[in-house]
Amino acid sequence: MPSDQPFIQLAGVTKSFQGIRALENVAFACRKGSIHAILGENGAGKSTLIKIMSGVLAADSGEMRVEGRPVRFSTPAEAAKTGIVCIFQELSLVPDLSVADNIMLADPPKRFGMIDRRRQRRRAEELLARIRCEDIDPDALVRQLSLSRRQMVEIAKALGQEPRLLILDEATSALTSRDVQTVYDLLAELKEQDVACLFISHRMHEVEALCDTLSVFRNGRHIETFAKGEKSDREIVHLMIGRDVETQFPPRPEPRRREPLLEVKNLRWENRLKGIDLSVGRGEIVGLGGLDGQGQKELLLALFGVLRQVEGTVKVGGMEGVPASPAAARSARTRIALVPEDRKTEGLMLQLPIADNLLASAFARVSSGPFIDRAKAETAISAAIEKLRIRLGSPRDIVATLSGGNQQKVVIAKWLMVEPDLILLNDPTRGIDVGTKQEIYRLMRDLAEEGKAVLFYSSDYAELIGCCDRVSVMYDGRVVAELEGEGITEEAIVAASLNIAPEAAA
Amino acid sequence: MTASAITRAIARIREEERPVLIAAGFVLVILIIGTAYTMLTQGTAPLLSPNYLLQQLQTGAFLGICAAGMMVVILLGHIDLSIPWTLTTAAMMATAVGGEMAIPTGIAVGLAVGLFNGFGAAVLRIPSMIFTLGVDSVLRGLMVFHTGGFAPQTDATPLMRFLASGRVLGIPSAVFVWALVSVVIAVMLSRTAFGRAIYATGSREAAAYLSGIRTRLVIIGAFVCSGVCAAIAGILLAGYATQAYQGMGNIFLLPSIAAVVLGGTHILGGRGRYIGTLVGVILIVLLNSVLSMMQMPEAVRQIIYGAVIIAMLLVYGRNSKVTF
Amino acid sequence: MRLAKRLHSAALRNRAFLGALLLFAVFYLVYHMLHPRGFSSAVLIQNTNESVAIVFVAMAQTLPVLTGGLDLSVGAVMTLTNCIASELLTGTPAEMLFGALLTLACGAAFGCVNGLIVVYGRIQPIITTLATGAVAIGLALLIRPRPGGEVDDDLSWAMTNTVFDFAETYGLAEGGEAAWLQPFAAIPVPLLIVLAVVLFIWLPFRNTQMGRTVYAVGSAEGAAYMSGLPVERAKIAAFTLAGLFAACAGLYLAIQTSSGNADVTQAGAYTLNSIAAVVLGGTSLYGGVGGAIGSLVGALILRVISFYFRILAIDPLLQPLIEGVVLLGAVSLGALRTLRVKNRLELFR
Repeated sequence: MPSDQPFIQLAGVTKSFQGIRALENVAFACRKGSIHAILGENGAGKSTLIKIMSGVLAADSGEMRVEGRPVRFSTPAEAAKTGIVCIFQELSLVPDLSVADNIMLADPPKRFGMIDRRRQRRRAEELLARIRCEDIDPDALVRQLSLSRRQMVEIAKALGQEPRLLILDEATSALTSRDVQTVYDLLAELKEQDVACLFISHRMHEVEALCDTLSVFRNGRHIETFAKGEKSDREIVHLMIGRDVETQFPPRPEPRRREPLLEVKNLRWENRLKGIDLSVGRGEIVGLGGLDGQGQKELLLALFGVLRQVEGTVKVGGMEGVPASPAAARSARTRIALVPEDRKTEGLMLQLPIADNLLASAFARVSSGPFIDRAKAETAISAAIEKLRIRLGSPRDIVATLSGGNQQKVVIAKWLMVEPDLILLNDPTRGIDVGTKQEIYRLMRDLAEEGKAVLFYSSDYAELIGCCDRVSVMYDGRVVAELEGEGITEEAIVAASLNIAPEAAA
Repeated sequence: MTASAITRAIARIREEERPVLIAAGFVLVILIIGTAYTMLTQGTAPLLSPNYLLQQLQTGAFLGICAAGMMVVILLGHIDLSIPWTLTTAAMMATAVGGEMAIPTGIAVGLAVGLFNGFGAAVLRIPSMIFTLGVDSVLRGLMVFHTGGFAPQTDATPLMRFLASGRVLGIPSAVFVWALVSVVIAVMLSRTAFGRAIYATGSREAAAYLSGIRTRLVIIGAFVCSGVCAAIAGILLAGYATQAYQGMGNIFLLPSIAAVVLGGTHILGGRGRYIGTLVGVILIVLLNSVLSMMQMPEAVRQIIYGAVIIAMLLVYGRNSKVTF
Repeated sequence: MRLAKRLHSAALRNRAFLGALLLFAVFYLVYHMLHPRGFSSAVLIQNTNESVAIVFVAMAQTLPVLTGGLDLSVGAVMTLTNCIASELLTGTPAEMLFGALLTLACGAAFGCVNGLIVVYGRIQPIITTLATGAVAIGLALLIRPRPGGEVDDDLSWAMTNTVFDFAETYGLAEGGEAAWLQPFAAIPVPLLIVLAVVLFIWLPFRNTQMGRTVYAVGSAEGAAYMSGLPVERAKIAAFTLAGLFAACAGLYLAIQTSSGNADVTQAGAYTLNSIAAVVLGGTSLYGGVGGAIGSLVGALILRVISFYFRILAIDPLLQPLIEGVVLLGAVSLGALRTLRVKNRLELFR
């Protein structure tokens, strides 16, 4: 039967980034007229997969076929010509152009070689009407729209390209419930028109409601594909977490009450933090759980003095108030360190030597007067390299030459030089190899034993379970659950992350 | 040494040093071509005489000092377009005040302008390109108004003249001033916390800020360096010409940017060594002097000048990987 | 109702441009009121003549700036084309027309080379154009080592006066006496030239896919690429058009002064003023926002300020000071947004 031929089919697709396998030997297919969910934890390879399908990335090896014909895309434009259109998580809208301009960006209607604004506007209005967004002014600049409206414009833009395979990457994450319903209806309509849809979402109930086929990915591998209803939620969660890869975590000490070093009450900032209560004791590792983008980053930045106009009470080492700046956080009586989210743009000066990166926070400690004391600096650098076992050629090489894991060690070593009391970690093991991960877990526990307080956000639930004394799970700018000791289980974290009652996942 | 050994030797040279070596090689090429030319036409080799070279260094000192300050700012990924009139203002104020206070006054002018530029770039976060352009215009306005549009009648003090045109041990004292500025900037960049913070901020301001570096102060400090350097160049130039005059700084702006970039400093900041700027200045000074020795018309000199910049940057670019 | 809403949102979006326009309108009206021969055709002609070159150079600068770059060679290209034009604008009308077109083509070609070096040589626009600017000045000096030129006098007269004078010079429309010409007779020709370039080059370009790509590249290069836009060609087009507009300035300067002059200082001053005009006209130096019409108004503001010195008893020596203060004030207003940023990390992007 012709309709049984998959619209797109991948075989043996492999992709690595700097030695880290993001996708390994993936075989995958998606039928026309199907709404196909891709499930997996953060970093399971879902994003890489769709980027390859939509021409943003090229696979290292493997084959891709569209309706039986082999294809190879070198730009997103080529993929779009074949009918593969992706709605990306990071928006692909141009903020300084109007909504109508953006919707028709790739192929605007023309008259005498010039863009026909009237027709473009009409077409944009039609598309917006189709997704019930008549309230969006086609002449407004995208810059002026809220995140959820932009997401809808992005959907309209994708629709305008008349997709035959529509990929939605967390496309509903920023939407209001009314818009979510609209998108549901739209997908059903597209299904009728034999369009294939790939749907990536962390929200289980959405997947339940929408999709007919589910595929689970884990650690860059395609684990299983099955029809909806074949497996229970519990089995799906089990597949996503996977028991076969067990990481070794250092043993956790007996839980006990500790003297709090950091106390946060009702912390608010803009509309991202909506009243957070939290405490971290000396010698304690507290995990921050939850899906990406629930305010975890903002919380860490607020505690580090990066955000302006933070409201609420924060006590650090008995002192009231958040530091005024990272420089203040570094040099206060109770010192705070932050290992930021994006190693390459926030953690490191990639083009500078390793030595300079290591010393960036601690110049004052290795200087006498205005001059850097070379002997002191050398000692500090070799001590840091030794302590974190950073594998490198020479400290004078630029830091970009290191592997991801060693780069992350440089970021951590940089901060250990100032002997911080409170260490904030923003997903420090993202995209690094297992060996280094385990070293980092060991290091965190050692630091805690030394009496330091560690606040640790991770997108990997296994880490939270393995490393933390307590876990605070965040959802929509609030802490929705506090788990402790034996209560820290996968089921509990996953359930709290999706903000559903534990029974649903258990 | 075989060819492959040479290739391997070149490959071992660190990427950062490569532009410096290429530029230094080009300096040699200029000297060779210039000497060959004079040998053929006059049968002499004035280019290689120490006296001639010292004279070139003396005239190069003004540009060299401007470029030193400009480099500090460019390392941050900023730029200082106010150098021409900072230089002129410092010179005019120094000669106007006269006496012992002449030089301190001039330097104070540079300091004040640098602080203001830094405020605009670091606190208001106005692109330095446009802010320093405005400051340049304001300074020009102030000076034109102050002098009535004529060359000021006040003269440079004897000390200023000595620093610019005098000789110590047969070496022009301006060269000593340039050397002193060079040592200060080079040591500052490589050996002080402030210097390293400049590289860090220029390389990735967000990462530097999150490392606890006070990036605003670093930016302001860099603009102060630039302002003070321009002021020193202005004081020297006024001493050299015995007077300050309108537009005396105009010819230094673009060559100082070119010298910094030819020396391998990245225009977007974060990378570059002071030695490169030094070589870049010498390259430009020698190129100018050889071209004028060949009696090239100004027109051809300009064309060669532009072509050399593009060609050298294309060569640098081919060797280094593209990084974002 | 709906129209009103759209106008309102358009006005909000173009705040910077409308501010500049208002500033210019007020300045210029007051100027005429203060001028002893205000609101007369003679004054208008003089003013437009003095503004054309800077207007074109400012429009030229706009395009590279919209892509997030900068062109330090616009003044030099103007000077180069000025010198080329001063050689070519003689002979029969056909020869002069050909000369004018050749001048414009030279400017566009020069800009195109800039774009090619930026895109394929991967050298920063500011450094590229700094170097090619020197080359342009050198070529200008080669063509015209001393100021001078053989520009046709009739052409010069006709192009720098009113429509009536133009018609009279060339014996068109019954020597300018035709009834249908009378409503336009007093309009200065230079004003029409600027209008023509805006209407027939800038506006059409802005409305092509290429023009839109120029904006998209400056606003979010990654998103532009993701959406399949011709990013590299748009950058080259921007520099080419910059060369063309700079050539318009050079050509007009040759006609206006009947000569060519390879003046290095003048070239530098025009380049720097073009950046100031672009910013005053509401184009963001980070790219993606603004337009050539804004820069046109920005250039006019700079010019009107200078007109005041002539008619008021202000010391003309204050002129550069006031220009600088206006520029600093205008850009500082735009800086107020940094005070509202709540996440300091956003300041670094």
